[in-house]
Amino acid sequence: MAYSEKVIDHYKNPRNVGTLDKNSKNVGTGLVGAPECGDVMRLQIEVDQETGIIKEAKFKTFGCGSAIASSSLATEWLKGKTIEQALEIDNMDIVEELSLPPVKIHCSVLAEDAILAAINDYRIKNGLEPIQEKNKQ
Amino acid sequence: MNTNMRFPIYLDHNATTPMDPRVLECMLPYFTEHFGNAASRSHPYGWKAEEAVDYAREQIAKLIGADSKEIIFTSGATESDNLGIKGVIEMYTKKGNHIVTAVTEHKAVLDTCRNLEKKGLAKVTYLPVGTDGLIDLNQLENAVTDQTVLVCIMYANNEIGVIQPIQEIAKITHRKGALFMTDATQAVGKVPIHVDEMGIDLLAFTAHKMYGPKGVGALYVRRKNPRVKVTAQIDGGGHERGMRSGTLNVPGIVGFGAAAEICQKEMNEEAKRLKYLRDKLENALLQIEETYLNGHKTQRLPHVSNISFKYVEGEGLIMGIKDLAVSSGSACTSASLEPSYVLKSLGVDDELAHSSIRFGLGRFTTEQEIDYAIEHVKKAVHQLREMSPLWEMFKEGIDLKSVEWVEH
Repeated sequence: MAYSEKVIDHYKNPRNVGTLDKNSKNVGTGLVGAPECGDVMRLQIEVDQETGIIKEAKFKTFGCGSAIASSSLATEWLKGKTIEQALEIDNMDIVEELSLPPVKIHCSVLAEDAILAAINDYRIKNGLEPIQEKNKQ
Repeated sequence: MNTNMRFPIYLDHNATTPMDPRVLECMLPYFTEHFGNAASRSHPYGWKAEEAVDYAREQIAKLIGADSKEIIFTSGATESDNLGIKGVIEMYTKKGNHIVTAVTEHKAVLDTCRNLEKKGLAKVTYLPVGTDGLIDLNQLENAVTDQTVLVCIMYANNEIGVIQPIQEIAKITHRKGALFMTDATQAVGKVPIHVDEMGIDLLAFTAHKMYGPKGVGALYVRRKNPRVKVTAQIDGGGHERGMRSGTLNVPGIVGFGAAAEICQKEMNEEAKRLKYLRDKLENALLQIEETYLNGHKTQRLPHVSNISFKYVEGEGLIMGIKDLAVSSGSACTSASLEPSYVLKSLGVDDELAHSSIRFGLGRFTTEQEIDYAIEHVKKAVHQLREMSPLWEMFKEGIDLKSVEWVEH
């Protein structure tokens, strides 16, 4: 399967690979997927407590090029956003930006799930209710 | 040594092989100058074509220790598998309708068997394999009944290269009064095969896996001790002793014959050379932490190596080694998240199956290419592990089996 140039670029030069301190109160960690399914994404956000803005985002992904690119792109988009703005990131935006073919749409869904999981981890740590359903509007 | 490497380096010789230029040279006149139909008996165009087919039939028969009359030309190994299995079941209905095969067979065998089952024409036993990829001879013995007409076990597996104990399988099969067929697509021309010495009654193979052209294959059908017959699956002019109708692909058959002769002459030297290169590649890659060889280490084709790189996903790895043309046991698509059924049959867990790469070396593979491949794979595995959350967890001593994964 031929990958789009943007997927190749993210794969070759992944943005924000790394690890944040998962025990820090400011950090939310989302770990989604399963090794036996062939993809696992870990996405982390660090939130500025005063402004409520995501100041750092990191990822590590076990998966195909599209899964790596989807998570790399997600970290780029997350930085500088508020939690509310971050929740608005839709998997179809990732599909469009990376020109993912239909068989790779699940990679973008996984990235969206990882964002939500990271946000919820952060919310729980800070005494807030986890968000069940994402408001897609 | 050849200092020119052609990128991407082709290491997928179990999928197909490039045609040997010597083979092409033999074929060319039969497209234009000698274009006759081998079945035309009334003029020299036909005679020339028939003569070429006869010669090729000899070359091919010789490679597997058969008589030329025992070679039935087909369009490829898939058709040969279909003809052998369906043809035997149809021909021997009076004797029984039971087939014994194995779970690691190629889809051309498995799907043919399932088709017969679905239509109620056959009952099929699928033998399991051990972690080394080999079937258990005791299980085979127990599976064959007086209703069994055919035992169909592949010679060498296409994903892991494991070679089944063909002679022993044939002995058990014959003792029980059934016929023995083998799909030898990956083995013919790579390792010595002798149908009489090994007790093979039917054997499917194809030209394009042995440096010949695509679109031409053959089914060996034994004529003596016992005389085996298959019911034709394609009706028409009664070519190939009535077992396979259709105008013969003369240039393809000429190429198949030339390829067979080259294999016969060069097989021993080639196998030695490829085994050296394969072992060099394999040993270097298995030195990387957390890598595993899939399948039996020694009872195996000399040019194949299937390795799992734990904590790295196969498709992602293939993208990282884009200078190498290889294939993976992982199929990461929305349609199928299923990893290779062959690796799963060996008991390789899904995660490791998703992390597997098959390296298939061939006639034109050079040592320089292997050296390049080793460095290229090492680097990519390292980079992807740096990016892998599983690798990080492994390094932290977390048991991945204890993690509650959120499947999607």
